[in-house]
Amino acid sequence: MNAPQATAAATRLTYREACKQALRDALLSDPRVFLMGEDIGRYGGCYAVTKGLLEEFGEERIRDTPLSESAFVGAGVGSAMVGMRPIVEIMTVNFSLLALDQIVNNAVTIPHMSGGQFAIPLVIRMTTGGGRRVAAQHSRSLEGWYAHIPGLRVLTPATVEDARFMLKGALADPNPVIIFEHVMLYNMEGDLPSDMKEVDIAHAKVRRAGRDVSLITYGGSLFKTLQAADALASEGIEAEVIDLRVLRPLDTKSILDSVAKTRRCVIIDEGWRSGSISAEVGMRIAEEGFFELDAPLRRVCSREAPIPYAAHLEDACLPQAATIVAVARELVRPS
Amino acid sequence: MPALGADMEAGTLVEWLVKPGDRVKSGDVIAVVETQKGAIEVEVFLEGVVSNILIPEGERVPVGTVLAQIDGAPGAAPPPLIEPAVAVLKPGPQILAQAPPTPVIAAPSSRLKITPAARRRAAALSFDPTMIVKGTGVEGSIRLADIETYASGAKLVQRPAKKKGLDLSQMRQAIAAAMSRSKREIPHYYLTETVDLNTASTWIERYNAEKPPVERILPAVLFLRAAALALREQPQLNGAYENGAFIPASSIHVGWAISLRGGGLIAPAIRDTDRKSLAELMAAMRDLVERARRGNLRSSELTSPTITVTSVGDRGAESVTGIIYPPQVAIVGFGRVVVRPWVVDGRIESHPLVTVSLAADHRVTDGHIGGLYLAAVGRLLQEPDKL
Repeated sequence: MNAPQATAAATRLTYREACKQALRDALLSDPRVFLMGEDIGRYGGCYAVTKGLLEEFGEERIRDTPLSESAFVGAGVGSAMVGMRPIVEIMTVNFSLLALDQIVNNAVTIPHMSGGQFAIPLVIRMTTGGGRRVAAQHSRSLEGWYAHIPGLRVLTPATVEDARFMLKGALADPNPVIIFEHVMLYNMEGDLPSDMKEVDIAHAKVRRAGRDVSLITYGGSLFKTLQAADALASEGIEAEVIDLRVLRPLDTKSILDSVAKTRRCVIIDEGWRSGSISAEVGMRIAEEGFFELDAPLRRVCSREAPIPYAAHLEDACLPQAATIVAVARELVRPS
Repeated sequence: MPALGADMEAGTLVEWLVKPGDRVKSGDVIAVVETQKGAIEVEVFLEGVVSNILIPEGERVPVGTVLAQIDGAPGAAPPPLIEPAVAVLKPGPQILAQAPPTPVIAAPSSRLKITPAARRRAAALSFDPTMIVKGTGVEGSIRLADIETYASGAKLVQRPAKKKGLDLSQMRQAIAAAMSRSKREIPHYYLTETVDLNTASTWIERYNAEKPPVERILPAVLFLRAAALALREQPQLNGAYENGAFIPASSIHVGWAISLRGGGLIAPAIRDTDRKSLAELMAAMRDLVERARRGNLRSSELTSPTITVTSVGDRGAESVTGIIYPPQVAIVGFGRVVVRPWVVDGRIESHPLVTVSLAADHRVTDGHIGGLYLAAVGRLLQEPDKL
C-alpha cells in the first residue's frame, strides 16, 4: 500500500548525510547516547559520516579512540551495561574481527548469562563491502558471519530512509545491534519523505514488485539488483526485488511470500557463496517453500577469492547487474 | 509415428502386424499403437515391400518418427514391375542407409525431471506428468507452465502402453483435457431448431418394413446424412481452427460420437459422409460402434473428423448442446425424438419432433451462418426420400 506521503514533500540527500542526520538526531534526543570510534572526531570519520559532530557535541560525546577495536568495543559493552546508549563505529567489518571476542563472547552472552539482569543496548556501526579499490583486507562482506550469532540483530540499510531511521530502532533495542553500511552507498542520493519519522527493523521490503522471478538481496547489491530488474523488464521479465534489510532475525515470511508468487528465485549476496547469508536464505526456501518452486534456486555471490585490488579484477569478483540478468533470465526462459 | 489426434506428440508401438519382406498396399493395417483412446491400428498409405522395421515393439517415439522402411515408397526406388519376390532379396535402396536417427526420448523408466511446483499442480489436476515428453524448464525440466499447457489438452501425449485395449481412466483424462481446452479457447455460440419428423418417421417405417433387420435404418442415419449434406451449403462449419486461422476441410468426414460401455466417448470419422447412401451410412455406423467398443479403431478414423455429430438416441435427453472438439469448429446435436403438439395449417396435430442444436466457433462463423445451416438440416429432413 502506498502511504499518501506526498513526494513533493521530500528532501533529496546522500546516504552519508542520512547516516549523519540519524546520529545527530540520536545525540540530540537522548543524553545517554555517545559516539566512539577511530578518527570519528577530529578527522570526521573515515567516510566522513561524523564530520562536524565533534564541533557540535564536544569531546565527551564524540570520542576518538585508540586503534584497538577490542578495547573500544569492550568499553561500549561496559557502558551499555551501566545504562548508556553507546554508538560504536568500527571503520570496516574487516577490522571488526579484532573485536569479535567482545561482540560474540560478551555483548551477546551477558544478557543471557546474567539472567536478564543486564541489557546491552549497544549499537555498532561498520562499513562493509568492496568496490572502492582498497584491496583484499578492506573489501570483505562479512555481515553473514554476524547473522550467524543468536542475540544479535543485524541491519543492512540500503536506502536513505533506512540509513536515516534504522538507528532509532536499533537504539531502542535492549540487545546489541550491528548496522552495516556498504561503502558504495555513501555517495548515493535518494528522496527522504519529510513526514517520515521511523522505519521498522524487523521486516524485508519489496523494492520492486514482479511476478516472474524473485531477486533477493540487501545492502550494496540492492541497486545492482534494481538495475538488473530494469534490464529484465525491457526483455519482458518482471522481477520482484526483495531488500532483506534485516539479516538477523531473517524475515522468512516475506521471502516465502515472494517465492510463492514468482516460484523462481535468485539470491544476490556480496558475501562469498560458501556458508553465506545467501545459503541461509536459499535453505529456508528449500525447507519451507519447496513445493512453491518451479525452478532450481540460484545465487549470484562474490567469487571465492580474496577481493583483488585491480579494478577490472575487483569488478569481475563482485556481483554485477549483467550477471544477475543472465542468471534470472536463464531461470525464466531457459535457453 | 502418425499423429492420432491433433494433440498427440508421441506414441508407443505396441505390436507389429507385418515383418520385413511383407508386401503391403494402401489401407493395410501394419501396426498397433497405444494412445489414450486405446490401441489404434496404424494404416499404411503406400504400396511396397516392408524392408526394415526401425522401431521395436514397446518403444515410445515422437510423432513423425520413421517406424519402418517400405521399398517402393516415394523417395525410394520405384518397385520393380516384375518379379517382386526377387526385389525383396535385393539390398534396399540407398535411402535406407540414410534413415533418420531415432530421436532420443527419455526412457519411461528414467526419473522424471519436474519442479516441485509442477509436481504438486499435476497431482491437484490428477494429471500424469510422465505424459510430457520434454519440459520447458531449466535443463529440460517439466515446470508449472508445462503442466498447465499439457493438462489443458494443448499437447497431450499418451503414456507408455501397459496393456492393449481401452484405458477408461486415461480416456476420461483425455476427454477432460480436450473439453477444458475447448471451453477455455473456443468462444462457442449455440443455436437450436425444432424439426418436424412426421414425414421422416413415416418414411423410415415404410423403408424398414420391407427390409430384413440388418438392413433397417435408424432415424440417426437420416440425421447424419442431413447434417453432412447441409455442410455443403455452409462449408465454414466444416474444418479446423489452427494457429489463429480457419482451415476449411476439402471433404466432409463427420465424427460420429459414440458413448462407450463403462463410460467414455469417442467420435471416429465416417469418411465422405455426404457421399454415402443411407444404407452405407448405417453399415458404417454399426461397424464403427462395434469396433469403438472393442477398442479397435483405425488411426485415420480418429484424426480425420472435420465436424462432430452427436445423436443421443431414444434413451437420451430432449436436446443436447455440445462442446466442440478442437480443432474442429462445430458440433451438431440431435436430441431424443419426442411426440409433441405441432401446429399444421392452424390445427394442432401430434407429431414426432427432434431438437437439432449447433454449437459453433464464433471465431469462424456467426449465428447467421449457423441459423442457415440448421434451417438446411430441417429442410433436408422434410424430404427423406431425397436423402
